[in-house]
Amino acid sequence: MIIKQLSVFLDNRTGRLAELTGILADNDINISAFSIADTADYGILRMIVGRPELAAEVLKKHGFAVKITEVVGMIVPHRPGGLHKALQVISDSNVAIDYMYAFATGDCNATAIIRAESMQKLIDVLQEHKLELLKEGDVYQL
Amino acid sequence: MIWNEHYECMERESLLKLQGTRLKEMVERVYYSVPFYRSKLQDQGIEPGDIQSIDDLKKLPFTTKQDLRDNYPFGLFATPRQDVVRLHASSGTTGKSTVVGYTHNDIMMWSEVVARSLTMIGATRDDIIQVAYGYGLFTGGLGLHYGAEKIGASVIPISGGNTKKQLQLMEDFGSTLLACTPSYAAFLGEALAEEKIDPASIKLKAGIFGAEPWSEEMRSQIEKLLRIKAYDIYGLSEIIGPGVSMECHCQNGMHIFEDHFIPEIINPDTCEVLPYGELGELVFTPATKEAMPLIRYRTRDLTRLHADKCECGRTLVRMEKCVGRSDDMLIIRGVNVFPSQVESVLLEMSETKPHYLLVVDRRNNLDILEVQVEVEEQFFSDEVKELENLRHRIKANIASVLGLHADIRLVEPGTIERSMGKAQRVIDRRKLQ
Repeated sequence: MIIKQLSVFLDNRTGRLAELTGILADNDINISAFSIADTADYGILRMIVGRPELAAEVLKKHGFAVKITEVVGMIVPHRPGGLHKALQVISDSNVAIDYMYAFATGDCNATAIIRAESMQKLIDVLQEHKLELLKEGDVYQL
Repeated sequence: MIWNEHYECMERESLLKLQGTRLKEMVERVYYSVPFYRSKLQDQGIEPGDIQSIDDLKKLPFTTKQDLRDNYPFGLFATPRQDVVRLHASSGTTGKSTVVGYTHNDIMMWSEVVARSLTMIGATRDDIIQVAYGYGLFTGGLGLHYGAEKIGASVIPISGGNTKKQLQLMEDFGSTLLACTPSYAAFLGEALAEEKIDPASIKLKAGIFGAEPWSEEMRSQIEKLLRIKAYDIYGLSEIIGPGVSMECHCQNGMHIFEDHFIPEIINPDTCEVLPYGELGELVFTPATKEAMPLIRYRTRDLTRLHADKCECGRTLVRMEKCVGRSDDMLIIRGVNVFPSQVESVLLEMSETKPHYLLVVDRRNNLDILEVQVEVEEQFFSDEVKELENLRHRIKANIASVLGLHADIRLVEPGTIERSMGKAQRVIDRRKLQ
């Protein structure tokens, strides 16, 4: 149920992001999902990639501050109210979300990547309500 | 162990008498051989005969770095240029570099004080000394080199930089002592861990670190990383180079080799001589130097002197670790700030390492201090709130030590330049406006 996400600390300077994507491209690592949290001075890049351990290793070798974090991918119907229904469940169960980002895959479904204060509690709640979760095997090839 | 018990353990009274004799002889020498000093002394109505004992030292005028620049390159030499066998020079980041010359006897004297320094921490001919100070115009490399040869140790003159090779030779040759700047020692310690070298395969037992200000926290950090005892050596090229003073195993301040370098502490504003124990600017008169003796040279280093006898048996005065340099000191919004204060804060926090840069700027006539700090990989959190939390803690700790609010900027690890020599800690953009 748990998916490995790559988090990278990035200085706010022109070209830094392209350096990173260049390294991933050179190592034949595909990016499935991608989000940036930005502040005035720095950004935190979060992404789901194929072969996360390898990606972390090559980025570290190039001097990036990299961390592998655990997240879940929740699959929701790609139509009005689809995401809301799922979030209502999470909210009703009093699970605090640290951050999330979402992307649509095809016409029928969308995927929300979620990091919660308590990951186990989140998974329990989602499973209890029969919400579909991405499996580790699927996600890296999204 | 004591290299030269006669001078290092001399009764204070005899030592002061010796200093007086040497001072008198030196003033006479510069009066007749250095036009700059002759006119300076004449301006103040002083003749060589007025200097009879060490008590007369306070009558003499001071020498500053600017005087060295004004007399660039050889204007302060007291011997014919032909007697000068060595020239060293400072980097000259702020204008012309300052040049210092040495006669053969000066080099012998320098080797002697470095030999004393090394012996002070237990070095003998059994040791292998890796000299990772820069060799060249900078006095660090050659200064340590000659002293180490004098005690009969085996010297590895590897100079600064080339970190992989440093670690390799350390392992292959079995270096027992390391001499370099403290910032490079910390860098080597980190590199050792990164290269996954087993510390057990390294035979280092102690290090001799100096040439830039460093804190007690940095000392424990180096000792932990390299698993050694870290000792402080002090010196400046204008006086001789490294070996003006050195810490003994009691680590109770650095013993100044007073038979050669006569120390004083003055109030940097009024130039009044201060008693032992008071904080002020360190002033040296290197009375036995032949090529370039200086009268009351103002080092700009701020420290205290203590004259009570040390447990090691030496009677030489001890100087505390310098709290900063009166010219490294930044005045930001009227507050005195030393980079070493920021370093102490960062070293006390487990999440940060002492890689930092102070950037001072002026916006709308207000001084702005920004402290750039590297985010250590192991403490990097992917949550903004955690990083902001860390940033605020650094900010609060710095504010409580400096009494000044600084903007804290977290930067990627490895982006603050690592120095192989003296570390650049401050960028003051106010000067450029």
